[in-house]
Amino acid sequence: MPDQLLFAMEVMLNGLMAGVLYALVALGFVLIFKASGIFNYAQGVMALFAALTLVGLQEGQVPFAHLINAIFGTDIHHFGWHLPALVAIILTIGVMVVLAIIVEKFVLKHLVNQEPIILFMATIGLAYFLEGFGDVMWGSEIKMLDVGLPQGASFWVEENTAWLGGEGFYGFFIDKLDMVAAVVAALLVISLTIFSQYSKQGRALRAVADDHQAALSVGISLRFIWVLVWSIAGFVALVAGIMWGAKSGVQFSLSLIALKALPVLMLGGFTSIPGAIVGGLIIGVGEKLFEFTIGPMVGGATENWFAYVLALLFLVFRPQGLFGEKIIERV
Amino acid sequence: MNKMTSEGYTTADGRKIGGTLMEMKNITLRFGGVVAIKDISFDIHEGEIRAIIGPNGAGKSSMLNVISGFYVPSEGEVRFRGQKRPQMRPYQVAQQGIARTFQNIALFKGMSTLDNIMTGRITKMKSNMAQQALWWGAAQREEDEHREAVEKIIDFLEIQAIRKTPVGRLPYGLQKRVELGRALAAEPKLLLLDEPMAGMNVEEKEDMSRFILDVNDEFGTTIALIEHDMGVVMDLSDRVVVMDYGKKIGDGTPDEVRGNQEVIDAYLGVSHD
Amino acid sequence: MFYREAGDFKTSYGSDSQTFPIKFDRMRYYVVLVVAFGVVPFIINDYWANAVFVPFLIYAIAAIGLNILTGYCGQLSLGTGGFMAVGAYACYKLMTAFPEVSIVIHVLLAGGVTAGVGVLFGLPSLRIKGFYLAVATLAAQFFLVWLFNKVPWFYNNSASGQISAPERTVFGVEVTGANTDAWAKYMICLVFLVVLAWVARNLTRGTVGRSWMAIRDMDIAAEIIGVNPLKAKLTAFAVSSFFVGVAGALFFSVYLGAVEVGEAFGINKSFLVLFMIILGGLGSIFGSLAGAAFLVLLPVLLKNVLVGGLGWPTDLAAHLELMIVGALIIVFLIAEPHGMAQLWRIAKEKLRLWPFPH
Repeated sequence: MPDQLLFAMEVMLNGLMAGVLYALVALGFVLIFKASGIFNYAQGVMALFAALTLVGLQEGQVPFAHLINAIFGTDIHHFGWHLPALVAIILTIGVMVVLAIIVEKFVLKHLVNQEPIILFMATIGLAYFLEGFGDVMWGSEIKMLDVGLPQGASFWVEENTAWLGGEGFYGFFIDKLDMVAAVVAALLVISLTIFSQYSKQGRALRAVADDHQAALSVGISLRFIWVLVWSIAGFVALVAGIMWGAKSGVQFSLSLIALKALPVLMLGGFTSIPGAIVGGLIIGVGEKLFEFTIGPMVGGATENWFAYVLALLFLVFRPQGLFGEKIIERV
Repeated sequence: MNKMTSEGYTTADGRKIGGTLMEMKNITLRFGGVVAIKDISFDIHEGEIRAIIGPNGAGKSSMLNVISGFYVPSEGEVRFRGQKRPQMRPYQVAQQGIARTFQNIALFKGMSTLDNIMTGRITKMKSNMAQQALWWGAAQREEDEHREAVEKIIDFLEIQAIRKTPVGRLPYGLQKRVELGRALAAEPKLLLLDEPMAGMNVEEKEDMSRFILDVNDEFGTTIALIEHDMGVVMDLSDRVVVMDYGKKIGDGTPDEVRGNQEVIDAYLGVSHD
Repeated sequence: MFYREAGDFKTSYGSDSQTFPIKFDRMRYYVVLVVAFGVVPFIINDYWANAVFVPFLIYAIAAIGLNILTGYCGQLSLGTGGFMAVGAYACYKLMTAFPEVSIVIHVLLAGGVTAGVGVLFGLPSLRIKGFYLAVATLAAQFFLVWLFNKVPWFYNNSASGQISAPERTVFGVEVTGANTDAWAKYMICLVFLVVLAWVARNLTRGTVGRSWMAIRDMDIAAEIIGVNPLKAKLTAFAVSSFFVGVAGALFFSVYLGAVEVGEAFGINKSFLVLFMIILGGLGSIFGSLAGAAFLVLLPVLLKNVLVGGLGWPTDLAAHLELMIVGALIIVFLIAEPHGMAQLWRIAKEKLRLWPFPH
């Protein structure tokens, strides 16, 4: 095979892996949107917050050390212990559940029956609050996240694909972390599907998604479902936060993956889990290939906007997304 | 009713009805595999009150939506004032002089009663953006002229007191009235009313019936309405179309329709075998 | 007993539909104008101009612009930063290409260019709605910023990739460049704001404004009663973008003087202006001003109290500011979706009846 084609394939493979991560974030959006009709802009910041909390707990940081030091003139930073990764992860899940309860109690409960656009703006407010809160709680410097996931290129893949090309080709370069992420994402999707199809809570969740009022009238607790679904979204955010954090450090830019997940959703439709996956993959592969082929001609960094413009063009021709149902307007 | 021709007729109570205003010819409407309207033809004469009745799901609202251009019929043609209507957007239909109210009130909730009714006159507004931006010449003159026309409607519907109230705060019956006002503001040739009395109590129904008759009488507006209350329909309308499962099963004066066996079956229920 | 409408009768429809139907409101409005034009320019200094007044005036223009699109026409946009960048770069290109033409003309033309770009990105609004559209406007935001960053023609091939405003005068007084007096900056922005706010008010109370609000409140019904949705939405995009473009041009030429696009017009700018109209009041010109004033003053205040007064680190103050703004957004959306403008109206209602509430 010509090397150029092989490089393109490698770009595609890496795009697929990046797409998996986009899909992971998009999944959190879809879950919340299905259950509450809320387009949760704060999903990305939740991922950041989860990652910050995880690192903070692992490293034994004192929460709000900054604020305490500023108020009392003290100089405290760490408790001086290190928690094992698994313990820290479990504690972080607990924090995300508490966050879900707080969000339900102080935000969602008061916004029942508001227009979707108001809810959307409220989640932008939530995102700002949470970002500031995370920074005040754990500090805003870039942190390394290490929960023992494998890193670096997979030699196994490289060795076993080198024969495909000629002299200049050393095999496909694929990050082990990306492979782990792909597997985790697949497991998450499968378990979420099983959960929503076969468990009692899952059925209630789908009922709420279909019609709030009707679900209420058969005795499903809306508030419980919301806490549940925000907790799950918090968990998904944690997984996404671990993957991205391990890849490029825990920092503000992590919350921007939420922005990347938006075009994914526009492609896949806001209510479809398979749509989120396929949309994520299309965007991941599309933007890498575009940057590889067209990017050099126009100055590069096209990844900044490619996903949005693609989604925009797509929407103009198919407003309901790939898997969304056709919208019939009524009066 | 004397002999019925396309040039018009005289009703039982002696009102003269004009020629054909609108004609629906072999209209069929499909959504995917579902047939909402099946090959229906009927006409509406100038100056008459025409009712469309039928059980739930008969396709009445779909028919109204076809007339107002919101749905495009899959087959058949709509003729308005003697001419075949080309496919057009709903706002173009409105510009031709067809106004309507909605089954579930569709007022602009954030705006006052006055602004809602002023919006109804949008098809008559001519000033351009630049004039409006500077509140100059034509824009200001036009605003005052239309305000005068709107005030007349407000007087007619007896809603002076709620002129500047945001409509979202009004009770249901008044909202229905404001919606009628908004449709009237367009000075329509044909006024479509989708269940104007749904959810009203007896007094409110009487008020609304009076307004409908007055509109027809004073402005000579042709009215097509959908209504469930049989008493109201039979009293108000000159002619009635009866629909069932997307088909037309009856057409004629209230008395004729009342005696139609198929209509009686549709309402009382009869086994389809 | 001083705030009354009793006895203030209207004898024509024109006087009934004026901006301040109540005499007291009208008087207060004139007083504000007199102070803004006759007093502030004489006492303003560099600190107040740069920290408070000039950013307030410019953000107020942008906020009115976004409010026309989002508050009046119901089309949520997250591309404000990108459109401000269009205004800034259009202004820069015009200033350098035609140095002999007045800066006022350039700023207005920059607004016109932005209006064109806004219409282009507004086209999808005919097919998509709600937050789908919001996400689509993100495409404008990211694409435009990238464009101004990557194509050297836009920054005249300058080595730093920045654009900087040459010195220009209005009636012989310098309004751009390093040596501009505080009062001159203030005055040119004030004039733009006052004129544009007046235009916005005229548009929103007339036919165009009603068609925007009709689309916002119930788009399907609006079309059926005769509002052309294409025209309504695209005029909203055009007018809104014009305002935002003028704001961007002033932000660059008068306020900052030199601009790096990603820094000055990033996504955060879009959110900042959006927050101004949420807090100030969606669908209210006064609300746009109130929101802009609030979000310009808040950081200044926090900085003075926390950093200046208590000696806390700057980044901590910045984080607290994020929390406060976020929390306020949520509180306002829950308690008063119409923002400060509505609070003000309620206060006036109370005042009108005071001291005899029954």
